[in-house]
Amino acid sequence: MSHWIILPIVLPALLAPFILMVIRHHLDLQRIFSVAGTVLLVAITGGLMAHAATGEITVYELGDWPAPFGIVLVLDRLSGLMIAMTAVLALMVLMYAIWSGWDNRGRHFHALFQFQLMGVLGAFLTGDAFNLFVFFEVLLIASYGLMIHGGGGRRLRAGTQYVVYNLVGSTLFLFALGTIYATTGTLNMADLAVKAAEMPADQTALLRVGAVLLLLVFCVKAAVLPLHFWLPASYANAPAPVAALFAIMTKVGAYSILRVYTLVFGPDLELTQGLIGEWLVIAALLTVVVGMVGILGSAYIGRMVAFATIGSTGTLLIAISLFTGEATAAAIYYMIHSTFAAAMMFLVADLIIERRGDTISARPPMTHGGVISILFFIAAIAMAGMPPLSGFIGKLLVLNASRGADHAVAIWAVILITSLVAIIGLARAGSLVFWKAHDTGTKDLPSPEGTPDEPPEADTPSPARLPMVPVFALAGILVALTVFAGPVMTYAEAVSGQLYTPSDYIDAVLNRSPE
Amino acid sequence: MNMELLVASAIGVLTAGGIYLLLRQRTFPVIVGLSLLSYAVNIFLFATGRLTVGAPPVLRDGVTIYTDPLPQALVLTAIVISFGMTAVIVMIALSAYLSENDDRIDMTDRVEDDA
Repeated sequence: MSHWIILPIVLPALLAPFILMVIRHHLDLQRIFSVAGTVLLVAITGGLMAHAATGEITVYELGDWPAPFGIVLVLDRLSGLMIAMTAVLALMVLMYAIWSGWDNRGRHFHALFQFQLMGVLGAFLTGDAFNLFVFFEVLLIASYGLMIHGGGGRRLRAGTQYVVYNLVGSTLFLFALGTIYATTGTLNMADLAVKAAEMPADQTALLRVGAVLLLLVFCVKAAVLPLHFWLPASYANAPAPVAALFAIMTKVGAYSILRVYTLVFGPDLELTQGLIGEWLVIAALLTVVVGMVGILGSAYIGRMVAFATIGSTGTLLIAISLFTGEATAAAIYYMIHSTFAAAMMFLVADLIIERRGDTISARPPMTHGGVISILFFIAAIAMAGMPPLSGFIGKLLVLNASRGADHAVAIWAVILITSLVAIIGLARAGSLVFWKAHDTGTKDLPSPEGTPDEPPEADTPSPARLPMVPVFALAGILVALTVFAGPVMTYAEAVSGQLYTPSDYIDAVLNRSPE
Repeated sequence: MNMELLVASAIGVLTAGGIYLLLRQRTFPVIVGLSLLSYAVNIFLFATGRLTVGAPPVLRDGVTIYTDPLPQALVLTAIVISFGMTAVIVMIALSAYLSENDDRIDMTDRVEDDA
């Protein structure tokens, strides 16, 4: 088991330059290596997750430097779950990108994709705050390239906005880390937890500033109101498979919040008592409202899905911000659901956009309209949190966990009302896109963006059916998540149990024998 | 004391200037503002190890006054990353400007674009 834990980072890190330097002109070879690498990642991360499920916390000291002097990678139940989820999602997205031909619309898709995986997996595995920053940067640099993949003026402008926003976020991250290092003298998360707990109460002002700055950074990543402005334009204009992969990116923010504010600045820590959860819950509630209302207000399918992502991340953060064992277990279940549901939604949106354009309006029926409408229906049910799919179970768990909380009434009201808003918004979009198309009369409607020199319908080859396979696979995952909700919840509760006994983590990293 | 004042005010002025330029909404001032911000954060990181003059950065036997070497390593990482990022954003902003003929950071509504 000793070196396995670093493989999820090393494998894509080696594969990406290989793709870039050796087989850059051979798309078929790139596809083969990229898929093979990702399948291998699924196997490795699956093995690691199975190992972590036993409850053992594995620590890998890079360069054999003992913590807190060296950088450590830590595999516990939460990071095991996150890396396995990332790998499975990546495989689905990659298959979609290949079958839909998205990877051929620009250069270096596969190399950037592997670098992106390296960054995300590294961020989930690292046990060092500065190393977390470095992996954030790795995943961001790759995401800049992926975001503008395929080019086009609008996409480039959205890309500029996205890069600027994230560069400011990175600067803020450095300020936060600097503040924390200046007060504690360490950046190892386990050591930070020890130092923060030992700090005399009258000297904690700066550390509190650092803790809140860090929260802001993670909130930028998770697109929590009022730091969500980058998301709609970026996700709506990014290539669809990339947007689907980005579904994991908001979860990186959520994961970091979960990790840092249970381990370092835990709920029992006196110096940040009430500072984090109190504010986060309000921001998360507003995020849900904005996201779900955004679904209703969007005129374009891409933007609608982007707002749906904001809404579901908001729901996730409500559960996280309660910082109780039960709520965190619910959050973890909802996180799995939300990642796959958002990814599926983006891919379905792309299937629609490929065939009939981005606007939500009545247009002549598209090819494969029936199958796609079924996929849209499944994704919408999952996203809105209606029975029978996992979104419903997830929301139910969140509601149940929030019963005893201070803001219980607000949380219940917001989640239930916004779910209704989301259902209306998605139903409106679905009926306009799929049903109105068959209205008598719409066939004669001139398409709003139609230009005279547009090739006639008959000459364009009908889009391939193959890209639907990964979308069905994602739907299958959501169904499996519903059917096996019991075992998944057992695991989620184990994760949450491990998170709220941070002493195990600290002992494992600092190599102390448990008292 | 003078040095602390100088460093602190340098960080403050750079940050203030950077934030002002960030709010300009045109790519060139925004990129310059980002660079100023990254200079500010680099000096800030450097100062997190406390300011000491004429002290070795390496701990040896008999050395009681020393400079913390870790922030310097962190700054090095941060400099490299921010340098690379600036290059990336210059390229993306340039191609966005060349293809759309518009250097605003904020995106107008699509309907207006078509008009």
